[in-house]
Parts: sequence; structure tokens; C-alpha cells
Amino acid sequence: MSAELNSLTIAGALDGLAKKAFSATELAHAHLKAMEKHRDLNAFVVETPEKALSMAAASDARRAKGEALGALDGIALAIKDLFCTDGVQTTAGSHILEGFKPPYESTVTANLWKAGAVMLGKVNMDEFAMGSSNLTSHFGGVGNPWQRKGDNRRLVPGGSSGGSAASVAARMALGATATDTGGSIRQPAAFTGTVGVKPTYGRCSRWGIVAFASSLDQAGPMARSVKDCAIMLGVMAGHDPKDSTSVDLPVPDYTKALTGDVRGLRVGIPKEYRLDGMSPEIENLWAQGAEWLKKAGAEIKDVSLPHTKYALPTYYIIAPAEASSNLARYDGVRFGLRMPGESLDEMYEKTRAEGFGKEVRRRIMIGTYVLSAGYYDAYYLKAQRLRTLIARDFDRAFKDVDVILTPSTPSAAFAEGENTDDPIQMYLNDVFTVTANLVGLPGISVPGGLDSQGLPLGLQLIGRAFDEETLFRVGGAIESSANFTARPAGY
Amino acid sequence: MADEKNLIEGRTGKWEIILGLEVHAQVISESKLFSGASTTFGAEPNSQVSLVDAAFPGMLPVINKRCVEQAVRTGLGLKAEINLKSVFDRKNYFYADLPAGYQISQYTQPIVGKGVITLDLPDGVKRHVGITRLHLEQDAGKSLHDQHPTKSYIDLNRSGIALMEIVSEPDMRTSEEAAAYLKKLRSILRYLGTCDGNMEEGSMRCDVNVSVRKPGDPLGTRCEIKNVNSIRYVQQAIEYEARRQIEIIEDGGTIKQETRLYDPGKGETRSMRSKEHAHDYRYFPDPDLLPLVLDPDWVNEIKATLPELPDEKRARFSRDYGLSDYDAGVLVSEKEVGAFYESVAKGRDPKLAANWVMGDLAGLLNKAGKGITDSAVSADALGGLIDLIADNTISGRIAKDVFAEMFETGKPAKDIVETKGLRQVTDTGAIDAAIDDIMAKNADKVAEYRGGKDKLLGFFVGQVMKATGGKANPALLNERLKAKLAG
Repeated sequence: MSAELNSLTIAGALDGLAKKAFSATELAHAHLKAMEKHRDLNAFVVETPEKALSMAAASDARRAKGEALGALDGIALAIKDLFCTDGVQTTAGSHILEGFKPPYESTVTANLWKAGAVMLGKVNMDEFAMGSSNLTSHFGGVGNPWQRKGDNRRLVPGGSSGGSAASVAARMALGATATDTGGSIRQPAAFTGTVGVKPTYGRCSRWGIVAFASSLDQAGPMARSVKDCAIMLGVMAGHDPKDSTSVDLPVPDYTKALTGDVRGLRVGIPKEYRLDGMSPEIENLWAQGAEWLKKAGAEIKDVSLPHTKYALPTYYIIAPAEASSNLARYDGVRFGLRMPGESLDEMYEKTRAEGFGKEVRRRIMIGTYVLSAGYYDAYYLKAQRLRTLIARDFDRAFKDVDVILTPSTPSAAFAEGENTDDPIQMYLNDVFTVTANLVGLPGISVPGGLDSQGLPLGLQLIGRAFDEETLFRVGGAIESSANFTARPAGY
Repeated sequence: MADEKNLIEGRTGKWEIILGLEVHAQVISESKLFSGASTTFGAEPNSQVSLVDAAFPGMLPVINKRCVEQAVRTGLGLKAEINLKSVFDRKNYFYADLPAGYQISQYTQPIVGKGVITLDLPDGVKRHVGITRLHLEQDAGKSLHDQHPTKSYIDLNRSGIALMEIVSEPDMRTSEEAAAYLKKLRSILRYLGTCDGNMEEGSMRCDVNVSVRKPGDPLGTRCEIKNVNSIRYVQQAIEYEARRQIEIIEDGGTIKQETRLYDPGKGETRSMRSKEHAHDYRYFPDPDLLPLVLDPDWVNEIKATLPELPDEKRARFSRDYGLSDYDAGVLVSEKEVGAFYESVAKGRDPKLAANWVMGDLAGLLNKAGKGITDSAVSADALGGLIDLIADNTISGRIAKDVFAEMFETGKPAKDIVETKGLRQVTDTGAIDAAIDDIMAKNADKVAEYRGGKDKLLGFFVGQVMKATGGKANPALLNERLKAKLAG
């Protein structure tokens, strides 16, 4: 029994804990064992077994006393290394923060601990969440537990939440926190056959999450079922007075949305997402997804999002612009890495040259450029205008439909070394996902099936602002139709 | 048209100085603009720093409503437009005392727009100086370069404290006008209770924009003199800088637009930034903060609680108390002086009250280096003294001595008059006796007087006063003396 505890869903584990079929401590042990076994994946930057066991013991004690239990009591989770965790190293995957132990806890993780969740450790990610492969991490890439049939090359788990995705897919955690700035939850979810939700901007507090691009960043859950994500998001979300952009709206019980009933629901298929040279497998999956929903009673409608083609360039102006400013605080003065210099400027230069990786430096340069005098209007301001136009596209589309269905990614997971030398090619990974970030809308990626090489592919749903419930409802319907039961070999 | 008397003489003719001021006024508030850390001055270094102020990873700013209220209050006091929607921007630059690598400020959409300040110049002239805008921003920390031979120390206590940057139009023409502007602005801020205006502690700092031109010419290139920390230095800096610019132009050179620093020790300004540090601040809206949207009702509520401001109070003092515009201006320059005066004047002769507050009291306070709130003589006590004059208990002359003692000892006027027996003599018999005595001793002078030398009356008054220890009622004395001298 114990060997399989780590293969349960969160819902299943909660059930087992409630029935006293096993303890939170046993559940934690099962995961710690799996973590040890799969260290080669390099998913965890820091493992916190002592913390996990003491939190699990506390959970068991609560359960024994029948004290009020939170919605995640005893559930073992992995935490993306972008979330500040009190006294536990938080690096954002960067050398510049190596050894940094924040004296505070992010609001989202604090919410999880309050609900009784158990922390397994901090998981790897692209440096400062900048990447789609997890290869920009200072702590090395993360292996995708999935491999192509008859090919033992290591594949990337996607990014930036690569460690979150791999830890969930490899059954090292029941769920994981993640963040999504341009697709960093949904793309790795698609690459690893897991479910990932990027909530509406403002749903989850950003307080205590290392900032990449403040107007785009949003925390969300990754897990192995739609319901698990619904349970986790219900705990993670909520208004936080410490984040001025978090929204003061009640958090619904998302699990109640999982009725499976999509009858009469209007599902939009945006024609502009049909890219030239898109793989037939992706196209087929997309059509299949529409067909499943139609069969379940939904109405499929074509919609137009005419400014879609500007989304990626707009994103690659706004995100680096904000990042160039957000990352200015890593200067060697107060925390993290410091490389001594003869002058203040020299210390800055040495510290930042040594502390930041290539991709982060590239984006700081781009961001600094687009904000600089003489270029601001041509780049940043124009990008902001496009952002408004893209938002208008969605406003119009959501007059006709209740949810939009697209592929999550233009391809399945790729190997380390493929795709990775050309940054533009890498940026294209986000082509279906960035729009939701630009306009703040919620999105979910649900596994739809396997490609011919045996790799998982995901379908994305985009919903109206603060209507995550419809995403869970429709996502749940896709999940049952797809009946995705495949597991990566050996996990 | 340039006012001839404001021009200064150069080798090639007359020049006009064009001045605009940017004042950084520290907002009076318990906590900082975007964090809960305290703003108390003079605390141990780095003892009032929140994680937000130190820009730790993942920390987010949350606007302090009190600071917004203070900015709105100030805007209303400057008769300025209040922008119901304003935006916070990031001003990006690297410095060790700027933890986030950017300052949160307001760039294109400030909270307060155009307003006006009326200057009261010495010759009774009123001059309007336009306010371009007022915006809210964070202060930076403090770098201490003199604590270690090779290292700098950083104190972040000030980091994140709210400042109001108040920008004037280039409407001033002389260093005196600039000084009058600063004094008036400071007075308004203090009346409003939005800034303590203390330039020595740095809670009010001034950047001066100076350019020169020949009258009628377009504006010249300006230089900005940063962070001048007293009104006197502002005046000195302007005088020096205007001369410097005129000399350069008259020598055939051109003025380079730059930031300069005033060195009070040497009495000169000098260039502050080298070229490699030419800043491009890369302003953009701070994505951590929503646009600041004000409820018009809330603004009206603040408006309803505005105190009476110096200009209105001055007009009222002239109107209701019959004071000259100048006297009224002196009495309202500080809120506390105005309040003190009003409480002295209540139910008393307002002009007499004004003379005492502006004369003897101001003189002694000035000598003692004290403000009116530290005065040993309270408004009530001064009122008590004036009452003794009014009911003829003491003469105005004796009152001055009594006042000096009140200031010294803090005792009430009545007690001093009683214990020292200073009550004025109104007994005709006693005065007549004193007159007779003096007249007897000065028979020759009496003869001279009677012979037509009227001027000697003063001599007799003085002698009799002296003989009575100054206590003779002056009116009575005059009356009796004249009668007796007339024979």
C-alpha cells in the first residue's frame, strides 16, 4: 500500500487520511522516498524532509484530536522556488539569490500551511521564471519523467515551472505550487501530462513571490487531476491587503463546479490559433477536444481574436521591461550574492554579471532598451496599446462564447539541446499561452492524450475574468472524455 | 515686461534672472508612503525599515491613505486642481541607498495639478507664482561616506518616507522672491499640518532652477541647483549662479544644462554629475500599484476641514481688527503667532495687542532664540498685562518693565505690579505735591517756561515722572502740570 501512496490524487489522499487508511506521516514518507529515488530528475533544489515530517506529524495530531482540519490537511506539496519560504532557501533558480533564506512566508504558501499542507521542498525552475525548458536554472535542467518511445534522450519538462511539473508527474508530490507569467504553468503541465491552472490576475496574492513581470505574474496549482487543482486553488486564492493588485472577491468552492455538465455551454475555437505549419497531431487533438465537448452537449463556435499575432511580440516587450526594473534590487548590497569591486558601480557590474545567467541578462537588456528614452513610445507604449486591443478581442469573443479552447503548446516536450540555442524558437513555446497573461484571464491546461511518440499533449481553456469555475467544469469534462491514464514509464 | 528694478547689470547690459523652484516636502504621517514602518526622525540607523523599504524579494508596496490625504490637503491649500486619477511610476536608477533600484514617484499623471501661491513682497506688492504640479514620491535612504575609510554606510530609515514634490512655474525674478516663495510655501504647509517645513532636518529641501536672459529674449538654458537646505543658501546660490551664467554668456560661451551643487562654505555652485552618469530614468507605470482613484466626496470632506490659511487670515485680521496689511502679514506668518495674537486681542484693544505681540514679545523671544510656543508669557498673561494698562492700573511705560519681568520669571503682571508697588499714582494730591516740589527746585525754568519757552514742558514731565518712580498717571500729570505752570 505504502509504495503507492504517492500515486494517489489529492482528493484520494484526503479520503484515505479521513478514513485513517494511512497517516500524513506515511504519506510524507512515501513522497520523500520517491524524491530520493528520482533525484536524477533534479526537480528539487532544496528538500525539506524534517519540515515535511514535522508538518505531517502535526497534521496527524490534529486528525487524532479531531480538531478543525484545513482543506489540505496532510497533503504533501512541492513549492516552486519562486515562493519565499520562511527560513528555507529561496533562489528563484538564480545564483544571485543562492543561500538567501527569507525571514517571511509568501501569502500563497502561508495559505497552504494554514490549510494543513505539508512542505516537501523547493522545486527547480527557470532562472527568475524566464524560460520554457527549465534549462536557464542556475541549478541545472530538470528531467521530464516522460520519454519518447524507443528514445532515451532526456526531455525537458517545460518551464518555467519545470520542477513543479516534474515533481508532480514523477509522483514526488501530490501537487505543486507554480507561477505563470507567459505560460509557465500551462506549458510544463502540457509537457508532463499534468493539470495546471493559471488563475485570473489578482486571484492569488503575489506577496512574497519573487517578481518577474508584475503585471503578468500569477500563482497557480499543478496536480494530477482537475479536481486536485480545484482543491488547491481554493486554498491558494483570496484577497490579500498586502498586494494592491489582488482582488477582493469571495473565493468559491471550485470543486462544486466539477459537475461534468457542459450542456448548452458555448465553446469558442479561435481561428487565429491555427498556425502555419502546426503539427497535425496538435490539430487533431484540438479537433478531438472540440468533439468531446460537443458530444457532452456543448455548442462549438468559431471566434476571432484578430490581434493574436501581436501577442508574443507584445509579451516580449512588456515582460522584459518590467523584469529589468524588478531585478534591479539584486545589486549585492543587502542580500544574496555580492562580488566585491573597487567602486559601487564595479560591485554592481561584477555582482550582476556573475549572479545572473545568460537568458536573464538578455531580458534585462531588452527591457532596459524598450524603456529607454527615445524608444519608450515605439516599444513599451505601443505594446501597452496592443495589450488593450488584445483585451478587446477577448471581450468581444466572450459575448458569443463562455470559454475558449486551444492547444496548450505548439508541440510536445523537446529534448535538451533541441530548440534551445535559438531564443526566438524557444519563445514560440508560449504562443498559445501568453495572451491570457496579457489580458489577465484564467487558463487551464488539461492532458488530452499522447502523441505518436508517446508524449503527452495538453488542451488549454481560457475563461472570463474570475470565472475559474467554468474552466474547472469544462476542464473536468475534457478530463473524463480523454480518460488520460497514461503514466511515464518507471514512475 | 521685465520689471526694471529686478534686473541686474552685466558688462553688456541688463539681465533678467528666471527662477523656478522644486521643493521636496516630507509628508507628516505616522508611517511611510508604501509601508508600515515608522517615520520618526532621529532613530537608530536602520531601525525603521520594513521588508518593503529594503526591497526584499517579493515585497509589494501598499499606498498609505494618510499620505494621499496629506497631498490632497496640500493641493487644496495651494488652490490647485486635484486629479481624481493619478498614476505611480517607477523612476529607475542604481544607487546603494535606493534599495529597489527604482523610486516610486508620479511622472505624467500627478495627484495635484496647477495651483498658485501669492507672495507678499516687502514693498506691499503681491505677486502670484504658479504651481505647476505636486506629486507624491518615496524618499531614498541615506549614504554615510564618513564612517569608514573605504566603505560607505547605508541608513534606510528614510527610505520610503513620503515626499511631496512641489514644482513652481518659472515665475520668480529675484532671489528675494525665491525666499518669499519658500517662506510662504512653508507657512502654508505648516498651517495645513502636512509638512513641518524644517529645512535643517531635511524635511523640506529645495532644488532651484536658474537661467538668465536679456529682457524680452526667450528663456535661456537653465541649471538646476540640487538640495539646498536653507532659505539663505537658496538666495546665495541664486546670486552666485546668475552671475556665473551671465559671465559665461558675456564671455561668448553657452550655458550647459546640468545639475549643480551649492557649497555654502565656498559660496559657489559646481557641476554635480559627470557625463557617464547621465541618467535615463526609464519611467514607466508601476505595475504593483493600481492607478490612484479618489472619491470626489472624500476630497470635499478634506476641503471642509481645511484650516484658515495665511492669506485669508491676513485679510480677516486687517478687516476685523483694523490692523495694517503689513502688521496682519507679520502676525499670520506663523500659525501659532496668529493664534496667540487672537487670544490676546480677544475683548481687548486689537492694535494694542498687535503692538505687544509684534513688539516687546517678538523682541524678547527673538533675543532668547525661542518660538512663540515656548514663550514664558502666555497669551492670557500678556492679556492680563494689557488689561492693567487699559484700566489705568499701570502706565504703558511701566508695563514694559513689568513685561520684561514676566518674561524673565513667568509671574503674572498683577503680582509683579503689587509686590513692586508699581500701581500708577492717580491721587491728585500726591501728584500736585511732586509738581510743587519740582517747580520749587527749578524756579528759573518755571520763569523761562512762563516767558514762552513751551518746550520745557517735557522737562517738567520727565522730572515729575522721575520723582514718582514713573508711576504718575501720565494724563493726570500733564493736566496738573500745565495748570500749575500756567500759574
